[in-house]
Amino acid sequence: MPVVEMQGICKEFPGAKVLKKVNFQVGEREIHALLGENGAGKSTLMKILTGIYSRDSGEIIYQGQPVSIDGPRKAEELGIVMIHQEFNLVPQLSVAENIFLGNEAPFTRFGQIRWKSLLEAATGYLKQVGLKVDPKTPVEELSVGEKQLVEVAKALSKKAKLLIMDEPTAALTEIEKEKLFSIMNNLVDHDVSIIYISHRMEELFQICHQVTVLRDGEYIASRSIAETNMDELVALMVGRQVEDRFPKVSAALGEQILAVDNFCNEKLADVSIEVRAGEVVGIGGLMGAGRTELARAIFGLDPVKGQIKLNLGQKNLHRGRFRHPQEAIGHGIALVSEDRKDEGLVLMGSVLENLALSTLEKRSRFGIINRRRERQMVDKHVQRLKIKTASVTQPVSSLSGGNQQKVVFGKWLETEPGLLILDEPTRGVDVGAKVEIYQLINELAGRGIGILLISSDLPELMGMSDRIYVMYEGKITGHFTRETITEENFMRCATGGVR
Amino acid sequence: MKNLKIWIQRYKIGPLIGLILICIGLTLMSDRFFTPSNLMNVARQVSINTLLAVGMTFVILTGGIDLSVGSILAFSGALAAGALAAGMNPFVVVIYACVLGLLAGTINGLFIAYGGIAPFIATLGTMTLFRGATLIYTEGRPIRAVEETFSNLGGGYVGPIPTPVIIMAAVVILAWFILTRMTIGRRVFAIGGNEDAAIFSGIKTNLYKVLVYGISGLLAGLAGAILTSRLMSAQPTAGTGYELDAIAAVVLGGTSLSGGAGGVLGTLVGALIIGVLDNGLNILNVSSFYQQAVKGIVILIAVLLDRRKAARG
Repeated sequence: MPVVEMQGICKEFPGAKVLKKVNFQVGEREIHALLGENGAGKSTLMKILTGIYSRDSGEIIYQGQPVSIDGPRKAEELGIVMIHQEFNLVPQLSVAENIFLGNEAPFTRFGQIRWKSLLEAATGYLKQVGLKVDPKTPVEELSVGEKQLVEVAKALSKKAKLLIMDEPTAALTEIEKEKLFSIMNNLVDHDVSIIYISHRMEELFQICHQVTVLRDGEYIASRSIAETNMDELVALMVGRQVEDRFPKVSAALGEQILAVDNFCNEKLADVSIEVRAGEVVGIGGLMGAGRTELARAIFGLDPVKGQIKLNLGQKNLHRGRFRHPQEAIGHGIALVSEDRKDEGLVLMGSVLENLALSTLEKRSRFGIINRRRERQMVDKHVQRLKIKTASVTQPVSSLSGGNQQKVVFGKWLETEPGLLILDEPTRGVDVGAKVEIYQLINELAGRGIGILLISSDLPELMGMSDRIYVMYEGKITGHFTRETITEENFMRCATGGVR
Repeated sequence: MKNLKIWIQRYKIGPLIGLILICIGLTLMSDRFFTPSNLMNVARQVSINTLLAVGMTFVILTGGIDLSVGSILAFSGALAAGALAAGMNPFVVVIYACVLGLLAGTINGLFIAYGGIAPFIATLGTMTLFRGATLIYTEGRPIRAVEETFSNLGGGYVGPIPTPVIIMAAVVILAWFILTRMTIGRRVFAIGGNEDAAIFSGIKTNLYKVLVYGISGLLAGLAGAILTSRLMSAQPTAGTGYELDAIAAVVLGGTSLSGGAGGVLGTLVGALIIGVLDNGLNILNVSSFYQQAVKGIVILIAVLLDRRKAARG
């Protein structure tokens, strides 16, 4: 008997039918992948299941009974718990307090919290998820992977029978991911079913039993993982055959354009790298290895000791380092940061304002913006990057993840960079848009732009880079070419093993 | 009906509709409200608050707040009166007041941008500091500022229109141009919308923070000169509580207190709503005690409507 059966679910928002008679069922002790491109209706379906949205029509049968889930509380009472991609943890509170946040009642006497029993209970749940931290530790001191496990512990404390995990591995290291997977398997042994949402296809074959594919708000197919393969799933998702997931084209390499010499700061230990014109240089490593910190130091965001040698045409010969991104941008460096929402975009600003933000001076005289030229520039990028937006005055927050990322790219392309740093450029982006970003990387490299590609997605890193540096604890521990890198080599260097 | 709602939201004319409704209501209740002389009177009364509120709009758009504008107004007004008494050219006196305001505002900006102090705390401190400085300078007594040319600034007319109203209109138009047509404006909005993204985009956010507090101070200085001219004296307690009226005007005008959204045209409407209410309640002989309460209720209702709109949108 399935744990949950959603039948003929329809949902319409003003102007858009988001779900059209979707069927979805999850069996007992099953890890069921829900797959689809951004905008396929996955989140809406899950929000209906967890009572955040109401359905227009259709039925939900839970443990054999038709139920009406009219709010998040009701869903939790039924044992349906969702772990969102963005954590719902209060950084300053302790692990134990976070686990029972809002559900402290069993541990109170006349409104006063009995800490001893709360801590004991928390320790129990932490053991279940294999997290060895003191429950009194403030959550802000934990790593991303540990926070993820606290979320799982929190879900368990709510007596979850059906756990929904949205991109749980997006920010995890390889090791943390393996740990999470073993805990998921353990949960399934204890009668929990899991709905698993992820853009990382390799993982589905590692951990899931079943997979359901949605496309454009419609149910497309369900498969047993054992009976399908990656090509079929990708084809089902996009509705067409995707030829090559990493359409790498190696460009002709030019002169050296960037040399970082002996960068040292709190997070970096004697890092030296070089990039040549037209080269895609990958930076790999686990979370916290110092990859983002290296990008920040090059871009003038963090103080650093050491030297940068830049060689981007006559006017951009530079030695030294940058104290503010403005200087780095002025010398031809651009950075597409890891965190699109916090660092890449002004979400409430329009598509136009965001695209124009780094190059305002270019189209203005005496500080007055030439609006005609600005409009032309914006239209050019919207067309070229195929940014899907109703109008350029639309707030950028209304765009899908992939299109938001294209706006960030457009903003930086307009600065005409000679060196483009990409920090996790495809995180949270669907398969179709990923391929578009890879093609863009090829095109830019072909024009002689040097690219520094930071990625936690190992297949992507190996598929797209000409050369790869591996970092561990702020140091470069490995250096490979496209021909010499293997997953084993990579992991050995990334975990601090000797070369 | 639905189209109308969308239209109101798109062009953010909710506050304007509110202002018109209040005016219609007052016109129906009293035949003394909608007369040219009374309307000019209202315009002159709101000019000081509008100047402060325009500066406050710049600050609030970056996600900050400036509590010190009332004190800066008093401080530059007093020093201007002193300079006038000492025989300074009246035109130079006005510039002097503006420069003093600019300096005071720049001090705010430096504390906030480079000292890393929260805007509320920093300007709470300078609010007290500048008020104290004013009391020290004036020794707690008013300073007379009687000079014919200077008096024209606050009390004169250009044609049928009071001079402060002309100045207010010029400042609003200039501020609107800076915020919507110039690179400065774009950067101010970006800083309030997402400061980290602004830094990543190469914007020197600290510089622009100093700039917006400087602008706020400068306009407070100008308002101080106008008020001193109008009253023909500088009061040591002038401008007490003006910062709150200015903040109210900005919020009524639809600018988000967390920054990144809004504009000065809304602020002008917000200041007019407050001014029209004050004036109308006076005409209707409502006791000043009730006036306060009514004003507070209007602000709460307006912000509530705005929030509900935002939540739905």
